[in-house]
Amino acid sequence: MIKYIDEYRDKNLVLKIADEIKRISTRPLRFMEVCGGHTMAIQKFGIPSLLPDTIQLLSGPGCPVCVTDRRFIDTAIAFARLDDTIITTYGDLIRVPGSSSSLDAERGKGHDIKIVYCILDALEIAKENPDKKVIFLGIGFETTTPSSAAGMVNAINMGLENFYLHSSHKVMPPAMTALIDEGVKIDGYIAPGHVSTITGTSIYNDIPSKYNLGCVISGFEPVDLMQAILMLTKQKESNKAKVEIQYKRAVKEEGNIKAQKLVGEVFEADDDWWRGLGVLKDSGLKLREAFGHMDAERAIPVEVEKTREDSGCICGEILKGLKSPADCKLFGKACTPNDPVGACMVSNEGACHAWLRYRG
Amino acid sequence: MPEKNSRILLGHGSGGKLTHELIDSLFVKHFNNPELDRQTDAALLEVPAHKIAFTTDAFVVDPIFFPGGDIGKLAVCGTVNDVAVSGATPLYLSAAFIIEEGFPLQDLKRIVISMAEEAKMAGVSIVTGDTKVVNKDKCDKVFITTTGIGTLVEKHYSISEGKQVRAGDKVIINGSIGDHGMAIMSARNELKLSAPLISDCASLNGLISEITGASEKVHFMRDATRGGLATVITELSTNKDYGINIYEERLLIDEGVRGMCELLGFDPMYVANEGKVVVVVADEDAEIVVKAMQKNKFGKDARIIGEVVTDHPGRAWLQTVIGGNRIIDMLAGEQLPRIC
Repeated sequence: MIKYIDEYRDKNLVLKIADEIKRISTRPLRFMEVCGGHTMAIQKFGIPSLLPDTIQLLSGPGCPVCVTDRRFIDTAIAFARLDDTIITTYGDLIRVPGSSSSLDAERGKGHDIKIVYCILDALEIAKENPDKKVIFLGIGFETTTPSSAAGMVNAINMGLENFYLHSSHKVMPPAMTALIDEGVKIDGYIAPGHVSTITGTSIYNDIPSKYNLGCVISGFEPVDLMQAILMLTKQKESNKAKVEIQYKRAVKEEGNIKAQKLVGEVFEADDDWWRGLGVLKDSGLKLREAFGHMDAERAIPVEVEKTREDSGCICGEILKGLKSPADCKLFGKACTPNDPVGACMVSNEGACHAWLRYRG
Repeated sequence: MPEKNSRILLGHGSGGKLTHELIDSLFVKHFNNPELDRQTDAALLEVPAHKIAFTTDAFVVDPIFFPGGDIGKLAVCGTVNDVAVSGATPLYLSAAFIIEEGFPLQDLKRIVISMAEEAKMAGVSIVTGDTKVVNKDKCDKVFITTTGIGTLVEKHYSISEGKQVRAGDKVIINGSIGDHGMAIMSARNELKLSAPLISDCASLNGLISEITGASEKVHFMRDATRGGLATVITELSTNKDYGINIYEERLLIDEGVRGMCELLGFDPMYVANEGKVVVVVADEDAEIVVKAMQKNKFGKDARIIGEVVTDHPGRAWLQTVIGGNRIIDMLAGEQLPRIC
């Protein structure tokens, strides 16, 4: 596996692509990545230091933890406070501040909150605790939704009657077009490779046709990202906006049809709220009626406190690429990874977290 | 063995008969040294009239047995290394045990023997200790606190603070990074990974005495434990009038460790080690020190990984494998809990 990765971290190849970008770049261009994995890799490998001054990279709303509605966290906390529940969640979510608490703080008070690495672990917990309601917090984009969908189907096949999903699953394209509609000035998208391994490429077709912006579906290694930046620069310099696949070793035009079908059976599109962007039409996924009895919000009545947003935090603007983390007066001072105010500082895929860690 | 004799009981920590039996049959027997044999309230120690290095560390690692070591070996190595990297010669350790009621005596015996063996290997004596037993579920199996003292000669006084570090010095490490943290991760059942990763847990005082023997110009030493190499490098550069450059391509990372880090999203520079020392040496002595280290079994992969520079004072930079530059900072966010 490592030998396979090394080819995509080849210094000479990276520097050659960097030279090529420098050679063809004639005007200032701003490209946005909308995937937390890209944000992290770009900062970790020091990619901005290899680009000419004309090319600027922006981080968009690509970290699922970061765009998640605070009300989602508040609701999860309310579930956690019930006597007969076990909350199961990916580790990232646990430290995200809610309106007045966090799952971490609730765990400290003795409420049963378990970190799992996969929804299948949560199913096991449900099986072992038949007298408890086990709630899985489902977040993520097109890449994680199939595993949640599979989990729901498995729960039914296992005959579990105590397993629930609290879903904040989202789809990426509505956010990408919403950003442009809001007037965010960019010259192309570095699109997430793993999303397209599931969905294929057609989800981005509107972006070149309606907005005349390029979309290059990129892998996650330095050579991938440099090549994607080169492809976007070429598109812009020759004024030809299109959807292109850089990540050809993983992405097929049609995507993973089996996964798409599974997601379609379990979820349906619904309007959803994004931090910084507000409610976007058909940008979320809710459980279909057939799975409604396993939807935590529908099945488990609970009183949720009134949602309160922090003043001073500019996560919303950062997620839109309008501001950079360094513009936030809380950044690195009142808001740090150990004591985060905004969600962008919590997840290691968040723009603020990656900036603080690798750019200081 | 009947159940009541095979497990730790609350009475083993009562100070009464059971406590004394446990001390005699286990601790005194295996730690075996004249200072402990006297069983005085405080050990009386012969110490040459030097400066003394004095350190303490608590160990709560989960699981208590892992590939490459166990909580006992770790408790000896960790404290021995903290004394040794200060430029001191570790001499004596104390060991305090907090044991959960019902803990198997066999496991305790295994831990104590492992501590005795490691102490013998490191040339230190465990001369005093304490045992407490707490009710079931009030602690997780066993926690160990060790305290160590060592003597320090005058020429090494400045090593622990790094007061002599200056631009041009070379940064050296004795081998691969990230082994301990990833060995612990792989040993934890919850991840269900079976890659055979082995902790680098080792007492480095032998290696360190060879380092200080090879050069009078060792300007700084620190063991890269929790927070990994990145944390040591950040500590070394913060608020200083010099900067540090580290070259990622020179770092040695075991293939299994790298694979697991990729899989779990960890940066090996931040993953804990328990047998790695970062050494800063004057440029002219750097090769001599590396060669001396390479002769020791804990230094055979020793290498220069970076240098102290006049640029970007107060900051450490990493030149990445692809030739980009980025900052090295302290571990941000979640650490792996109970790694040591």
